[in-house]
Amino acid sequence: MSLIQPAELPVVTPAGAARPSTAGTWPEFDNPAAWIVAAILLIMPLIANGFFLIEIFGTTLILGIIALSLMFLAGYGGMVSLMQLTIAGFAGYMYAVFGVSGHPNISLGWPWWLATPMALALATLFGTLGGALAVRTEGIYTIMITLAIGAAFYYFTNQNWAIFNGHTGINNVATPHFWGVDWRSDIPFYYVVLAVAALCYFAVEYLARAPFGLALQGVRDNPRRIAALGFNVNAHRVAAYAFASFLAALAGILQVWNYRQISPGSVGVERGIDILIIAIVGGIKRPVGPFIGALIFVILRTFALDFLVKIGLDGNRFRLLIGLGFLAIVFWSSDGVIGLWESWRRRIRTGASGLRGKQSHG
Amino acid sequence: MDSVAQRLSVVGAGAALELRGVTRLFGALAALTDVTMTVRPGERRAVLGSNGAGKTTLFNCITGDFPPSSGTIRFFNEDITGFPPYERIRRGLRRTYQISALFPGLTVLDNVYLACRGVSRGRFSMLRPGQNDALMQSAEALVQAVHLTPVKQQRVAELAHGQQRQLEIALALAGAPRFILFDEPAAGLSPAERLELIDILTSLPAHIGYIIIEHDMDVALRVVESVTMMHNGRVFKEGLPHDIESDPEVQELYLGGGHE
Repeated sequence: MSLIQPAELPVVTPAGAARPSTAGTWPEFDNPAAWIVAAILLIMPLIANGFFLIEIFGTTLILGIIALSLMFLAGYGGMVSLMQLTIAGFAGYMYAVFGVSGHPNISLGWPWWLATPMALALATLFGTLGGALAVRTEGIYTIMITLAIGAAFYYFTNQNWAIFNGHTGINNVATPHFWGVDWRSDIPFYYVVLAVAALCYFAVEYLARAPFGLALQGVRDNPRRIAALGFNVNAHRVAAYAFASFLAALAGILQVWNYRQISPGSVGVERGIDILIIAIVGGIKRPVGPFIGALIFVILRTFALDFLVKIGLDGNRFRLLIGLGFLAIVFWSSDGVIGLWESWRRRIRTGASGLRGKQSHG
Repeated sequence: MDSVAQRLSVVGAGAALELRGVTRLFGALAALTDVTMTVRPGERRAVLGSNGAGKTTLFNCITGDFPPSSGTIRFFNEDITGFPPYERIRRGLRRTYQISALFPGLTVLDNVYLACRGVSRGRFSMLRPGQNDALMQSAEALVQAVHLTPVKQQRVAELAHGQQRQLEIALALAGAPRFILFDEPAAGLSPAERLELIDILTSLPAHIGYIIIEHDMDVALRVVESVTMMHNGRVFKEGLPHDIESDPEVQELYLGGGHE
């Protein structure tokens, strides 16, 4: 039935084809909910106190960027990398080593505007090299290699005193001060984090429809066919790692500015797995997922302890709550919270039209 | 073996595709044994043979999906035996797959756009194609050529089988193909769709040669000028379509006898 279709159907002429470009380019523009979220995020300092601003929303955005880098690799490229937090931590360490800290014997004392690009470049290189190793494998072996890189880096920072200062880590890391502003004070820092997160979010969304991102999705869907269209699959995968590493490195810099210190605890293997949980809970099909996952994770991590103590349980069991939530989401939605929300909306819609049946597309 | 293609290729500047002693082993099993074949530029040829004759393996060796275990493959006089698939594609070789190998998560237009992008520069471009992007326009034209314009914004996963087969062909026509390998393009098509397929194949520009694997004789013999008959991984016979059709050995093996 396909071949002999009448050509006068709603056929758009090639010129008119690119018409829905604004909506296609930035779907947020047509979405009132997105405008509301953006407005709330912008006026957040008016409604939230310092604790909420940084400990909840700042941390959410930083973890969200790291999880976004995983979402880019896993959602578009089909590569699950467990080393994204390690790359962020590497960037943080490099910033502390090249910049100013409380350990003059280790830190080189470069100003922040030199230490930051240096750290970003080195962490991107580190992640790209790790990716070049990982792309030689598929599926579970990619996970194992990236996990091994993460674990190796954790133990290395623990045992190396010359650069990483062993298990103590590097403390009193200097943060940017310029134009008379202390950029680590709560409100300026919140806006810095928000700006970087927004930049990363829109960059990922933009890239998804650019040739590089489209081809990456082609690699995910069918690596053999994309090679048969003239693409070098491995080169594309390594390039995806490079981009994702840069995102994670940005978050790593923000992380070290936030805590003013970095230690092996910041790059532990279980922290790396947290990033995977955040991305899966939020959903890895769209860039907003990681941020939703990060918000849920941070709220649980912050308040579950008090909540559990209040109902008479051991507060250290908050991970149990996260784990149960993780299980529930994986059981009921292959696409995290976003997927749950979408199927719920669909049910409302089909329910309204009197249909009880479930839709098969998902 | 006195092959039509060999006689004709002497006339032309050189062969589009030249296989010399191509053998492909899977463990101890020889899927292809000592296949030698020459196809001149612009020639259209059918490869026939029963299941397991080595037809698809032949395609996989030519495109590099599985490199041959021994032998050489030359494409327009260039030795491509050791090339990865993407290098062969960039030189003008194309193929379609027997079972549609598309990108189900992407739209029809994006599938074709990727095919156009894969054989030109800017594969890593981080800039979205604009309204006047030349490749996007040629993708639109290709979508139009295979009558998929009404569904161009739909995800491929939502397409009907016949539409997916059409899209397979569109992907193989992207860029400037010099030689195309069609692997059972008519599989699963309705009679009307088959006619449309024949129309597409016969209206390809004359300089584009192809090899087609096709079980449907009505389709195969109407769109080719020469035939290679394969059996058990070897070239069994080569000739003109009507010679092959009336060849008693071939009839016994494939056309008439059928299921042994």
